[in-house]
Amino acid sequence: MELIDLTITQAHEGLKNKKFSSKELTLAYLKKIKKEDSKINAYLSITKDLALKQAEKADKIIREGKDFSILNGIPCSIKDSILVEGEKCTAGSKILENYIAPYDATVIKKIKENGAVILGKTNMDCFGFGSSTENSDFKITKNPHDLSRVAGGSSGGSAASIIAKEACFSIAEDTGGSIRQPASFCGAVGLKPTYGAVSRYGVCSYASSLDQLGPMAKNVEDIKTIFKIISGKDEKDATSQNYQFKELDVNMKGLRIGVPKEYFKEGIDKEVEKIIRTAIKKAEDNGAKIVEINLPSTEYALACYYIIAPCETSANLARYDGIKYGLSEKANNLLDVYLKTRGKGFNAEAKRRIIIGTYALSSGYYDAYYKKAQEVRQLVRQDFIDAFKKVDIIFAPVSPFPAFKIGEKSDDPMQMYLADIYTVSVSIAGLPAISLPAGKIGKLPVGLQIIGNYFEENKILGCATELEAILEVKK
Amino acid sequence: MISKEEVQKIAGLARLELSEKEIEKMQKDLSSILDYFNILKKAPKPKDKSQSSKDAWNKNVLRKDTVIEKSASLANNLVEMAPDKKDGYIKVRSIL
Repeated sequence: MELIDLTITQAHEGLKNKKFSSKELTLAYLKKIKKEDSKINAYLSITKDLALKQAEKADKIIREGKDFSILNGIPCSIKDSILVEGEKCTAGSKILENYIAPYDATVIKKIKENGAVILGKTNMDCFGFGSSTENSDFKITKNPHDLSRVAGGSSGGSAASIIAKEACFSIAEDTGGSIRQPASFCGAVGLKPTYGAVSRYGVCSYASSLDQLGPMAKNVEDIKTIFKIISGKDEKDATSQNYQFKELDVNMKGLRIGVPKEYFKEGIDKEVEKIIRTAIKKAEDNGAKIVEINLPSTEYALACYYIIAPCETSANLARYDGIKYGLSEKANNLLDVYLKTRGKGFNAEAKRRIIIGTYALSSGYYDAYYKKAQEVRQLVRQDFIDAFKKVDIIFAPVSPFPAFKIGEKSDDPMQMYLADIYTVSVSIAGLPAISLPAGKIGKLPVGLQIIGNYFEENKILGCATELEAILEVKK
Repeated sequence: MISKEEVQKIAGLARLELSEKEIEKMQKDLSSILDYFNILKKAPKPKDKSQSSKDAWNKNVLRKDTVIEKSASLANNLVEMAPDKKDGYIKVRSIL
């Protein structure tokens, strides 16, 4: 086994037993990135100097012989919408091409305090706008299992960096499926926590009532390790909750697993359905009780999401004005500075979302779109609240299909939006969910989505740990 | 189909300069996306309107209106990122 194959727990053991140093581990990853990332395009920037400095610091702590954090000396990648002080932070957009983060996001502060080593910033659809990284202004991340296919998005770079063995774990962000869908496409494990479980301070905002940070890793145990460290109240994010993770062992025997009827109706790839059904069957064989549930508002969720998210985006992206930071186009008056900077700095998808949002919020249309979407949001949430009265946990697909070909959906925004059909409901409801590798179609991984009740990440992770052992999916 | 004038008006509100070609494409894209949104017309009204106010995550979170000390280096880092600056201030084109 090579150093870059190790999970967080395994690498921690190795560091503790002095089998290798953090510097050796970090150099192994940097070597792999240098050799192969030009094929994968997982990274937008490599923070080599920072990584080596952090690795040396981690090694010093280990040499001193004191107890050290499980993340101490472990190399990771960070989605490029998250600020790492002194490093470039583009959020995948030309408008921030030369932006240097002036401070650390709270999650970065936390993992730094635990000694994690930051290898670089990963590629993404600009500001999170997409499901394939094809909306990045810089490059397209390739799926490590098939270079002609996408890695998913928007956190495609983070997922690919783990599977291509270019990082041990990653910190990413999920608004409508941006952690879960690329995790499914690449075969990583990815957790979107409950809204409010992790601070968003220091992250480029996309849609503030939906954005949530979370971990991506090689297995469930590592996800748990990272989530424990990054979750909790932060004074700097008023939406963060006073939440403390409590370990929970989940026994499949007697576990009530809900399967939403609406998620298997139409549009789902037959092979994906087979893999999800098999996973459900295996859980049942191990003693779980399978309960068919109804989420009747499912058919409205995607439209609801694609109104609310662009509305919030149109407000959040108003900050890119050519004055405070980022690109600035010279002009004779202030209005023209705004118009020209934003006209040049935002790509087609960013413009589309700003226009949709501005339209839906504009006078005369507000009631028909934004207000209606907020009402529907309540219905979607109520569906889940009712469902969790009958079941402990919900199993669903993450995506209706496996990784698609690069270019296959990039000309038709509606087709791309449909890729998010099974992930947006969870986001609208603010619930936690994980993508767990459940099988493969040929070379292409397929993830199972395990959805939990509010702040029941421990139940999701307990269930995923059991299932990971039952399913035995080859990496 | 959304008219060209309507797209221009919205783009103006959003402070976005769009080329002729972009406006044309936007007319098409916006129309097909708005058509998709029509599905919401079928959605029922929520039964319990007070539901949202009961949620923990729908309550206001306020902090005291006090000055929080920050290092001068942070202020410096922030100003440093402005495209146009002078003597620690951000320069802006005249507003009036």
